Amino acid sequence: MGERGETSSMGGGSDGAMDSFTSAKKISKRPKYSRFTQQELPACKPILTPGWVITTFILVGVVFIPIGLASLFASQRVVEIVDRYDEDCIPSRFKDKVLGYIQDEKTNKTCMRSLIVPKLMKSPIYVYYQLSNFYQNHRRYVKSRSDKQLRSNESMWKTTNCEPEALGEDGKPIVPCGLIAWSLFNDTYKFSVNNNPLDVNKRNIAWDSDREHKFGSDVYPRNFQSGGLIGGAKLNSSIPLNEQEDLIVWMRTAALPTFRKLYGRIEVDLEANKKITVTIKNNYNTYDFGGEKHLVLSTASWIGGKNDFLGVAYLAVGGICLFLAIAFILVYVLKPRPLGDPNYLSWNRNQAGRWN
Amino acid sequence: MNLDGETNLKLKQSLDVTSSLCDERCLQVFTAVIRCEDPNDKLYSFVGNLHYTNEVYPLSPQQILLRDSKLKNTDYVYGVVIFTGHDTKVMQNATHPRFKRSKIEKRMDKIIYILFSSLILISFVGSCFFGMETRRDLVDQKYRRWYLRPDDTTVFYDPTRASLSAFFHFLTGLMLYGYLIPISLYVSIEIVKVLQSVFINQDLRMYDRATDKPARARTSNLNEELGQVDTIFSDKTGTLTCNSMDFVKCSIAGIAYGKGETEVESALARRDWPSEGSEILSERIDSHGNAVHSGMVKGFNFRDERIMNGMWVEEPRPDLIKKFFQVLAICHTVIPEVDRDTGDLYYEAESQDEAAFVIAARKVGFEFFERKQKSISLHEVDYVRGENIVRHYELLHVLEFSSLRKRMSVIVRSEGDLLLLCKGADSVVFERLSKDGRCFEHETKNHINEYSRVGLRVMVIAYRKLGEEEYETWAEEFRKVKTSLSADRDALLDAAADRIERDLILLGATAVEDKLQEGVPRCIEKLAQAQIRIWMLTGDKLETAVNIGYACGLLRQGMKEIVITLDSPDIKVLEEQGDEEVLTKACLESISKQIREGKSQLTSAKEGATEFGLIIDGKSLNFALSKNLEDSLLNLSINCASVIFCRSSPKQKALVTRLVRLKLGKTTLSVGDGGNDVSMLQEADIGVGISGVEGLQAVMASDFAIAQFRFLERLLLVHGHWCYRRIAMMICYFFYKNIAFGFTLFWFEAYASFSGQPAYNDWDMSFYNVFFTSLPVIALGVFDQDVSACLCLKYPLLYQEGARNILFSWCRILGWMANGVGSSIIIFFCTTNVMVEQAFRRDGRVADFEVLGVTMYTCVVWAVNCQMALSINYFTWIHHFFIWSSVAFWYIFMLIYGYISPTISTTAYMVFLEAATPSLLYWLSTLLVVVSTLLPYFSYRAFQTWLQPMPHDLIQSRQQLKHSKEHTKHCES
Repeated sequence: MGERGETSSMGGGSDGAMDSFTSAKKISKRPKYSRFTQQELPACKPILTPGWVITTFILVGVVFIPIGLASLFASQRVVEIVDRYDEDCIPSRFKDKVLGYIQDEKTNKTCMRSLIVPKLMKSPIYVYYQLSNFYQNHRRYVKSRSDKQLRSNESMWKTTNCEPEALGEDGKPIVPCGLIAWSLFNDTYKFSVNNNPLDVNKRNIAWDSDREHKFGSDVYPRNFQSGGLIGGAKLNSSIPLNEQEDLIVWMRTAALPTFRKLYGRIEVDLEANKKITVTIKNNYNTYDFGGEKHLVLSTASWIGGKNDFLGVAYLAVGGICLFLAIAFILVYVLKPRPLGDPNYLSWNRNQAGRWN
Repeated sequence: MNLDGETNLKLKQSLDVTSSLCDERCLQVFTAVIRCEDPNDKLYSFVGNLHYTNEVYPLSPQQILLRDSKLKNTDYVYGVVIFTGHDTKVMQNATHPRFKRSKIEKRMDKIIYILFSSLILISFVGSCFFGMETRRDLVDQKYRRWYLRPDDTTVFYDPTRASLSAFFHFLTGLMLYGYLIPISLYVSIEIVKVLQSVFINQDLRMYDRATDKPARARTSNLNEELGQVDTIFSDKTGTLTCNSMDFVKCSIAGIAYGKGETEVESALARRDWPSEGSEILSERIDSHGNAVHSGMVKGFNFRDERIMNGMWVEEPRPDLIKKFFQVLAICHTVIPEVDRDTGDLYYEAESQDEAAFVIAARKVGFEFFERKQKSISLHEVDYVRGENIVRHYELLHVLEFSSLRKRMSVIVRSEGDLLLLCKGADSVVFERLSKDGRCFEHETKNHINEYSRVGLRVMVIAYRKLGEEEYETWAEEFRKVKTSLSADRDALLDAAADRIERDLILLGATAVEDKLQEGVPRCIEKLAQAQIRIWMLTGDKLETAVNIGYACGLLRQGMKEIVITLDSPDIKVLEEQGDEEVLTKACLESISKQIREGKSQLTSAKEGATEFGLIIDGKSLNFALSKNLEDSLLNLSINCASVIFCRSSPKQKALVTRLVRLKLGKTTLSVGDGGNDVSMLQEADIGVGISGVEGLQAVMASDFAIAQFRFLERLLLVHGHWCYRRIAMMICYFFYKNIAFGFTLFWFEAYASFSGQPAYNDWDMSFYNVFFTSLPVIALGVFDQDVSACLCLKYPLLYQEGARNILFSWCRILGWMANGVGSSIIIFFCTTNVMVEQAFRRDGRVADFEVLGVTMYTCVVWAVNCQMALSINYFTWIHHFFIWSSVAFWYIFMLIYGYISPTISTTAYMVFLEAATPSLLYWLSTLLVVVSTLLPYFSYRAFQTWLQPMPHDLIQSRQQLKHSKEHTKHCES
């Protein structure tokens, strides 16, 4: 109710009195009292007082900066080797006709690279291939698959959306159909240290849920890469799809045009300054669309791979908050103002003329 | 139907020549022709003739029954229908109801256009890029992005027909970015408004006990408009006043009687003690108000022990007191009626003040109980003998009241005496006093001045003894004039009456209060403090209107009055000549001159603190509303503190409303209670009907119905303010949340060569506006309060936030939109930079399309809901519940949706549970993104509250300071 009893004329009075009044009158249109309908629910009314503002800024700063430091530290601990090989793996005589080289099945595409381990790399060391300028998120590409077909053998004929890789030349469906599967990455890497081959474990590189629920154990590749145009890798038609982990990984489309995909794991530690020799079969055609190919070896920490962005961002936000806290304190000191002085009501004075 | 806003009886009579027709048979053979004017909207005039047996009988408004008239004291009448349907004067006065939409909604439409254009723009930009990319896919038989098979494709991706593909992509884009257009906003707003209306309906403080009527929001789409009112047009009768007259004071034989306090006196007293006295005073009003309500007779608020209960016989001049009340009991046109059930006597009066006089006389002991054609009977107290007697007065002549004569007289014969009893306005009666009848003139005049200063209607009472001869000669003359059929019969009658109403003896004066509704002056004062202009439009006379103006605080002492009227002598002369053209021209000239003078007065007083009150009468208004004068009239009126239009017809009321609404472009609100206010209510942006005694017509035409004028204060300052704020905030926020979401899609497109692939799972997207963000914004729209109701009322200036549309200015709207775009940028770029390329978990797996989508979506849900939490001022458990459950529901949804079989969940299968949850990066990026999206708004608000606080910020912090027990006690008691 109003201030200072001014509402006496507002039909208020004590609710008790009103209740007794209405109970006497049987059918009254008097609204029922409840805190809800009278909009008097208990509420907290947060207000941006200087105290709160400064506390909030400092709190955010204090929380964010340690997180930022920890993330940055974790990221720095990750050892990562990135090697771009798409250009260097083209023999010099083919430099002018790259496309001819890459598309010709007969050319020798083996390519040797040597990598130096900069720091001790603890196992497991993850092997990735990184493609760029490859739009796995293109609408046509993303849609070009048949989950039903991948899941079970009965749905072999369900090849909607798979065009133009739906049916083989014999009129039978392609399994797995669609552009994604068709363009499967087919570069291979072999690692050796001092001529001792390094095993790459390619088991368990795909998500369990994909292997168990999305790719059927009774679905075998069929008619795959048998048409006139060969896209990417061929599949062993005697292995069911749920064991073709490279395919499963590939078929989890990447979000952005530059992406890494897990190739396998090296499960031994690599000493610092060791020289790793990589034998690359440079089969995959990224030259048409100007995509780069990288081979990445990386360890992982609790934040995953090497990425300073998170740490830097946390530090930046934390820093900004601390800065704002200081700025606000300065403003508070330089421009003090009593809290809640209604004399500051802005149009009180400007508009004095119109009404008293 | 009471077109002039008065419920009183109006005497209607048939022509003498037709009065003999009183059964069907006579009517069957009756033939006559009526020639009359074309249908028009003038209520007070009718021009027509009845041609019957070669004679022409003029028809006047006295013979005309307006549509919807109710018969009283007569069982039936025979009549001729002159106009029907749309031709009736009532319908001619009606304006077509407008479809009303609030200003906010109109502006919202504009924003939707802007958003729609930006939707088209970004879709267009997208398709351009898409077209270019697609075209490049196949150049000279070489495939660029071979994995898309550009050689064997559908029209949507065909490089050879890239422009066509781009066009189709444009359509895809419209669908994809459709989230920019908040379609659900319209639904949400409807829900919110209905709930707001429920709050208005349920408000106990707008419930009137006396009539058992709560407030009713009859339409829900104008709630927020209540918070933006700039000008209020108020009817007088039944709206500001109760339409009942109270006899409060009188001055008899130079002695003032009556101790009742009037509203105006209290209002005046309040001004004498500014601010700190208001507490005491409000109590005073209250006690006074209670006294009135505690069972006293309606129309009588006279308290003086010297007069009451027969004590008047002890006063110095009992004979004069007796005469005084006899005049009151006899000189009137009131009809007494006996209630059949209870046997109580009550009076039907043409004007309420007459009823008040008769009631007063009855209270003192002169009970008027019977009126016959030629006599009036009273129960009287004979003070000499001290017993009750019945006395009959033979009624010889009634010289009726007219606005020109400003007086009324009766000539009666009683026990051999011939008496002329007269009551009238002080100006006319004083000049008619005889030399020896002036003994109390000085004192009476003083009293009269005193009475009119406090806003009472004053009548002077006088009488005269007539000599038998004098009377006979006069009566003869009068009869002659009366039966003459010349055109200036009225003037002659007046002149004849004038001859006998002379040499009067002064008895005293009465003061009648046109009772204001409870709390009106306080309400008007509050509304004035909220800088709302209040204009009074009434059908009443100028004097009455001015009196009420003073009574309710619209006009104040020390205010300069600018009166624009056509009552000047030269205009009257022209009127009598009857040359229409000359008259119109003269009127126009006179009005424009008066307006010019008023303006020059205003400009000359600019420096000083003088306030001006403008008073215009209906006739002048007719001319002032003409095309070339209306601008200057408007200019003059908005510079005056108060404006009163008197004698205005319903149409004029509507025209004034329209003038202000269209020319000023500000929100107008009309308050009225009667059928005569209907067109005004419909014309204004908001029509508020007073569901009083005058029937339902106004209420039916209104948008809001309240029982008492004073509830307007709460309706505007509390509900209006809140609703405006809520809707404004809600719309801004809605744009924010949809832009924040829609633009993440766009940024993603930029990284997907604009192919039209949405970043999120389809079901996630569909549920965005339904489950994850809808409820909190509805809670905001329904419950948010910047300051509590009592503070809204305490600081009426807060209302200007709405009237000046500060919370829904383009700056603010665009600011929120920019905030939305900013949020989307932060969300998209932070998440992509954090999550993508490198492994996002300890086990070396990388984030794919789905994981990134889920992360972004999580950030969006958190960001928009936290933004909501940051921007509301009022957290009840409902807010907490809605906001946090929306966020929680997103996680629950992902769990369930991701858990059900992949045939249904498709791409979302196990994404959250298997991939995202175990990744610390997922949680850390959520925290980072949410805090960074909130940071701009938070720091803006922090600095703005401190450096350039808005009114509600100030009052909020004040509320915070006083949030101690003391304050809450005030609010709750």
